[in-house]
Amino acid sequence: MVYRIEIKDKPAQFDAIGEGIKKDILDLGINNVKEVGFIQVYNIEGELSGLEARRICSDLLTDKISQDYFINSGPSQLSPKQSQFIIEVAYNPGVMDPVEDSILKGIKDLGIGSVSSVRTAKKYLIKGRLSPAQLKTVSEKLLYNKLIQHIVKSKGQVQAQPCGWGYSFNLITVDLLGAADKELLKISRGGQLFLNLQEMRQIKSYFKKLRRNPTDCELETIAQTWSEHCGHKTFRGRIRYTEKIKNKKKTKLINNLLKSTIMKVTKELKKPWCVSVFKDNSGIIRFDQNYNVCFKVETHNHPSALEPFGGANTGIGGVIRDPLGTGLGAKPILNTDVFCFGPPDYPFSKVPQGSLHPKRVMKGVVSGVRDYGNKMGIPTINGAVLFHEGFVGNPLVYCGTAGIMPRDKSFKKSKTGDLIVVVGGRTGRDGIHGATFSSGELTHESEKLSSGAVQIGNPIQEKKMVDTILEARDAKLYDAITDCGAGGLSSAVGEMGQELGARVDLEKVPLKYADLSYTEIWISESQERMVLSVPKENIEKLIQLFESENVQATLIGEFTDTKRLELYYENNLVCDLEMSFLHDGLPKLEKKAVFIQARQKEPRLPSGKNLNKYLLKLLSQYDICSKEWVIRQYDHEVQGGSTLKPLVGIHNDGPSDASIVKPLLGSNKGLVISNGINFRFGFIDPYWMAASCIDEALRQIIAVGGSLDEVAILDNFCWGNPDKPDRLGGLVRAAYGCHDTALGFGVPFISGKDSLNNEYKVRHKSIAIPGTLLISAMAIMKDVNKKVTMYVKEPGDLLYAVGLTRNELGGSHYYNLLGSLGNNLPRVYIREAKETFKRLSKASSLGLIEAMHDCSEGGIGVAAAEMAFSGGLGMDIFLGEVPCGSQMRDDEILFSESNSRFMVEVKRKNQKAFEKILKGLDFGLAGCVSKGKDFRVYGRDNKPCVDMSIAELKEAWQRPLRW
Amino acid sequence: MKRPKVCILRTAGTNCDKETAFAFEKSGGQAELIHVNRLINKARRIADYQILAIPGGFSYGDDAGAGRILANELRFKLIEDIRNFIAQGKLIIGICNGFQILVKSGLLPGNGDLNQEASLIINDSNKFEDRWVYLRPQGRCVWTEGIKEDIYLPVAHGEGKFVVLNKQVLARLKKNRQVIFQYCDNHGRLSGYPDNPNGSIDNIAGISDKSGRIFGLMPHPERHIQISQHPMQAASKKRQGDGMLIFKNGVNYARKHL
Repeated sequence: MVYRIEIKDKPAQFDAIGEGIKKDILDLGINNVKEVGFIQVYNIEGELSGLEARRICSDLLTDKISQDYFINSGPSQLSPKQSQFIIEVAYNPGVMDPVEDSILKGIKDLGIGSVSSVRTAKKYLIKGRLSPAQLKTVSEKLLYNKLIQHIVKSKGQVQAQPCGWGYSFNLITVDLLGAADKELLKISRGGQLFLNLQEMRQIKSYFKKLRRNPTDCELETIAQTWSEHCGHKTFRGRIRYTEKIKNKKKTKLINNLLKSTIMKVTKELKKPWCVSVFKDNSGIIRFDQNYNVCFKVETHNHPSALEPFGGANTGIGGVIRDPLGTGLGAKPILNTDVFCFGPPDYPFSKVPQGSLHPKRVMKGVVSGVRDYGNKMGIPTINGAVLFHEGFVGNPLVYCGTAGIMPRDKSFKKSKTGDLIVVVGGRTGRDGIHGATFSSGELTHESEKLSSGAVQIGNPIQEKKMVDTILEARDAKLYDAITDCGAGGLSSAVGEMGQELGARVDLEKVPLKYADLSYTEIWISESQERMVLSVPKENIEKLIQLFESENVQATLIGEFTDTKRLELYYENNLVCDLEMSFLHDGLPKLEKKAVFIQARQKEPRLPSGKNLNKYLLKLLSQYDICSKEWVIRQYDHEVQGGSTLKPLVGIHNDGPSDASIVKPLLGSNKGLVISNGINFRFGFIDPYWMAASCIDEALRQIIAVGGSLDEVAILDNFCWGNPDKPDRLGGLVRAAYGCHDTALGFGVPFISGKDSLNNEYKVRHKSIAIPGTLLISAMAIMKDVNKKVTMYVKEPGDLLYAVGLTRNELGGSHYYNLLGSLGNNLPRVYIREAKETFKRLSKASSLGLIEAMHDCSEGGIGVAAAEMAFSGGLGMDIFLGEVPCGSQMRDDEILFSESNSRFMVEVKRKNQKAFEKILKGLDFGLAGCVSKGKDFRVYGRDNKPCVDMSIAELKEAWQRPLRW
Repeated sequence: MKRPKVCILRTAGTNCDKETAFAFEKSGGQAELIHVNRLINKARRIADYQILAIPGGFSYGDDAGAGRILANELRFKLIEDIRNFIAQGKLIIGICNGFQILVKSGLLPGNGDLNQEASLIINDSNKFEDRWVYLRPQGRCVWTEGIKEDIYLPVAHGEGKFVVLNKQVLARLKKNRQVIFQYCDNHGRLSGYPDNPNGSIDNIAGISDKSGRIFGLMPHPERHIQISQHPMQAASKKRQGDGMLIFKNGVNYARKHL
């Protein structure tokens, strides 16, 4: 028996959800909708009486103060009379309904045990004159995503349960031995293995030696372990690299790019406070005598392209499990999120087939992060959002999480005889082929082929798992832990048992529904699962502990000493591989990389003197403008550690350079978190892009009062297809930029990740995203009370421009306004930069600085304007006093994006002390904070070139993303 | 001096438990995190505590409405223990999700029988929002004694719009001085969004029961107990966060009377 229950706000109540949808419809350019009503639908299946059904409605599903419920009502009953359209959206069979678990619990709590399933749907009543075409647009562009949802056709139709029938075992083998090259490739493509010919041949010859064909399970296991996603074969492989810069050509053979650039820095710097780097699920550094902290940033680009909410949702969920799976488990203390989207105002007509509109992608991604991060109780404290046409078909979604752990919990070791326990969520068909899928490029087919790779997260499942794991950790109940990320059990158990060997009985894995094959169980990437290595004597204690918090913990196998991976299903051997082949059998590929520096177009600089309109335009650039709409939706205060917020100023709406958290409430020691990203510089030269990203991340730490004493950084490369020499060329060049700059600053990398194959097909042309590097930085701050904020504090204070402004406008937003890229992009002059950073940290530690803001996109002009309107005060700035290169024009000084520069507010009484500390560096007393509300910049001829009210500037900065 | 025992109730999705415990410890209390299952299966008894604190978070994902499922566990599984707890004049505080739970279980505003008379529903903005708000103190409540001036605390919620069953309920709240905090602007004037971040009627941010011993509010006092948490620390001349007094009041009352 199925009860269909509809819940709607009482007529008197303001329907916030409906109003929200109405606004979104307006965004689609459809302005003839009068009203939208929202109705929550529950389909409840089970043997229950009408009385029980009413009880479920009144005591659980309805808020009687604000809502009414209707059981088995024809929709008409609920529709306001004139409502013209009814659209009901439900999840597809097999897609997890995120609320089902808790609703079932809620029903049991009422003493009603007979309910077997709960499926929800959302019903929209749309009032207004819409053409069928418009209605289609509204449903497809706004209300549902066909990958996970569908429109319920017949009113009140109830969802078929996800594939209820069982599975009967039958062993599948794949005929490799009999396959010639052509078939090998067909097998790879057909099975979505994304293995190339050389790799397929390697596998074939391995099984030839064994005189048998592989099972499907063995082949999938190898494909996953060898995937770009898990194996990073480009970074670890061999690269023949050629570069041509200004007719200077050089060629070299790189053996393992990762070891010879990123990891080399860390090795050479030998920082004593680096605890564990490039080994575990995240990099670990020392925090204080008792605690270590770890940090990891991941990407979830392809899933977010297809299903923005679910993609970002599971992206956060996934990266949270990295610190949790580091050492014996770290408590997640903060999240970071950096996104690259297509322009929100991109014409619908130009969006490639199979892609979603950038604005929808952005809204979906942001709510995905909001939902998961907030429900996990992890503050989202730092991020960035950038926009470019190149991301329309393939957005970038970087998610980071830092964690804290007692020092003695920083290392793990599973032992022979330990039991393999999977904890957390059940295993379903969701997320199958995620790892291999992310190793290919997106096509308009992707949505069909890879819908299995799309999932929705269940943050509460993960939250209770985290809570319980940390209890189990402190009770010393397990020897090792790792997360079930890409590759699912396959990669988790594979990694943990690499040195030992492992045996798993797949039928023991708890399933969402009965019909999964042994291979699907093994490779499923269902979310919210971790794998523990548990000594026999602790197993009962452990399982009891998890039960006591309603978390499932299941014994599925044992770590052996066979050095083999042995999988059984109902006692049938379905996989038997040598760990050595699985982990070291991958053939070393040699890839070609070519970087040829192209000459870019130089702009014609405007002749006019007045720069008002350019400053306003810059403030309104999507990359520069206020991201308050995004940031407010994240809880950045939970856990109570937030000491420098992402939004600062007298109205808490100014752009903070970095965030500071206190992971231990009882101590004043803090963590500064910042990031550097600027793909525009990469169009000219990825080497200097990398250098600039590192400089930006570091100078933001300085800007908030931190120091370079203990800073660790992470690299995240998002690039195109590495098999194409031009794409790989830029990547190599960027990697060298990372090496030289990080080494120069003395800042080690502790972890990183690359996401390659970020390309999408439009017709038959494959388009690569702009090669993008994200540098995330984490600095230890001795006393958070020394923090410095970016908004000006008091009229009469002095304003200094610190750092040399050079004619480096290549790739700048100013040139972008003028329609060209230019060539003279910002470089990093490390010795000079290091000295500036050092002296400024000293000044802030002595309390000599009232406010400080780093100059990045939009240069001094934007930085100063932001300081002014965030502090609600005007200022006067004299470009003649800004230290800069010779013969620079006013606009060049104001908008150059040279690195390592700051605007600093200092009290008159501290002038001497401050200048003494900066003695010998490039700095100038360039102006002062004024009483009024006017923002004035005087050119080198001492005539005003900018003269506006801060209100005008702030409005220009806030308008674009005020959604 | 004795340290009153505080039961910090937690379950799947609770996420402000640790900082709430820290605030009580700092105030001289002895805080213990207790999973609701352990109260239900009698491994622990509320009777052993003087203060029950229900912290913020998303209990059970707030599925079926914020706080509803945990509220039902209180109503249907623990109600006798809680009735006795209240009868002995002990203290209860619910913050954010905890406030939603107290309201949806009928413990607030509280009218003897556990009929729900008010609710906290989706913000008018239809968005979860994290922002700092000014609160105007009034009414009569153990937890806010001595708070004379407006205080500054963060809110972070998507379902914080306070609504009531009917006018009578609102009138009764005012008559009995059960309205404890109202959202206001930085000059103490009642004003609209964003000062009133969710569209609550009469800008109501927190209420108590008749006795003034059961208190619930949407803003997070535990997130402003140290001045380093203040967004404009440089400007603030205070020595402790505005939220601290609330926890001290609770602990001191328990120390004197319980």
